[in-house]
Amino acid sequence: MSDTGGHDAGHDHDHAPPPDSSEGLGHYNVMEIAVRELLIEKGILEPDQIRAAVEAMDSRSPEGGAKVVAKAWVDPEFRARLLEDGKAACASLGVEMGPTRLVVVEDTSEVHNVLVCTLCSCYPRMLLGLPPDWYKSREYRSRVVREPRTVLREFGTELPDDVTLRVHDSTAELRYLVLPMRPAGTEGMSETELATLVTRDCMIGVTLPGVPA
Amino acid sequence: MAKYNVGETVRVREAHPMGHLRTPRYIMGKAGVVEQCCGKFGNPEDLAFGRDGTPRQSLYRVRFAQRDVWQDYEDCAADTIDVELYEHWLEPMAAKHGDTL
Amino acid sequence: MEKGCGVHDMGGLEAGPIDRESQHAFEWWEKRVDAMLVLLSGKDHKLITVDELRRGIEELGPGAYENLSYYERWIHSITHALLEKGILSSDELGRKMAEVESRADGGA
Repeated sequence: MSDTGGHDAGHDHDHAPPPDSSEGLGHYNVMEIAVRELLIEKGILEPDQIRAAVEAMDSRSPEGGAKVVAKAWVDPEFRARLLEDGKAACASLGVEMGPTRLVVVEDTSEVHNVLVCTLCSCYPRMLLGLPPDWYKSREYRSRVVREPRTVLREFGTELPDDVTLRVHDSTAELRYLVLPMRPAGTEGMSETELATLVTRDCMIGVTLPGVPA
Repeated sequence: MAKYNVGETVRVREAHPMGHLRTPRYIMGKAGVVEQCCGKFGNPEDLAFGRDGTPRQSLYRVRFAQRDVWQDYEDCAADTIDVELYEHWLEPMAAKHGDTL
Repeated sequence: MEKGCGVHDMGGLEAGPIDRESQHAFEWWEKRVDAMLVLLSGKDHKLITVDELRRGIEELGPGAYENLSYYERWIHSITHALLEKGILSSDELGRKMAEVESRADGGA
């Protein structure tokens, strides 16, 4: 994963494409390389560890969360376990949350949930992968707590007035996942098919799961 | 033992010290209901400066009515916002202060 | 700004429309920053905490916070924490960064 085109004979770097910026490496890119190489030289980190950690994060995607949601839709006992102890329930499906605790908030016909971290960008990464740029943006973090219905409208989601909207600001140690309602017209779909309806955005709560065409 | 119970009304203290706070300013001074007692965690205010975060602090999820948080919230009266707050930022509702909002 | 408010503490502030479409592709160095934080804060190392990462980012102050990208803020904070703890020294960091830059120039 070298940015320098493979000059580092003394270091175990993968060979990545050269940087596409004609100005060369940015200051913070240089800092990252320097810090990483120093930590490796000091025996604190190993290249294989770093590579494995990058690959582990790359392998996380919303498919993990979608699998969990689809199972909760078809299996009431799993759903109950998921709401009781999100981390344990996900682990039973092979999705490890790491040290963080997971709170799954369920949508009902009367309640819809939406997630944010106003202070930084806390996000259920183990279930959804890395957060989208908009989730980390000033505009989302500032506005969704104060005018959530307007924000949802910008995402194309209109909530009726008789549905209560609950915003969850993950300010401390918990991570959240929205368990959306299973769309009507999906009776007879398999768990795998149902999972394809569950997008990242509906597990954050800014959209609702799609209806099959 | 956690000081507050589920269902109890609490008010968020208002304070603006330097340091690493996990109490957003928009919720300071507001009153809400304890939704969940989440257990004890290392104090992030201390962990942020390289200390071990002990004594561990009780963390709560507190639910606030949006209309209580924002003066101009015109949407549904039932809408809420849940915030995770540490015990040392909470006071019983009965506490009186000269500068409550 | 109100007294005592950090630039990161932005819930409820006025802001414009949310750009839902732009999504920059993560560069390798950014992914490695993320990986380093996970490893350094994980149970095998426990050299820095996410709390220290966040505090370092919050201490950037308004100009830097707004002008640096997400992972630029992370690597700034991680590096600062490593310096504070004496895991790295400014001297070795400076020498290594100069070395990296000259390698990059040599390869251009």
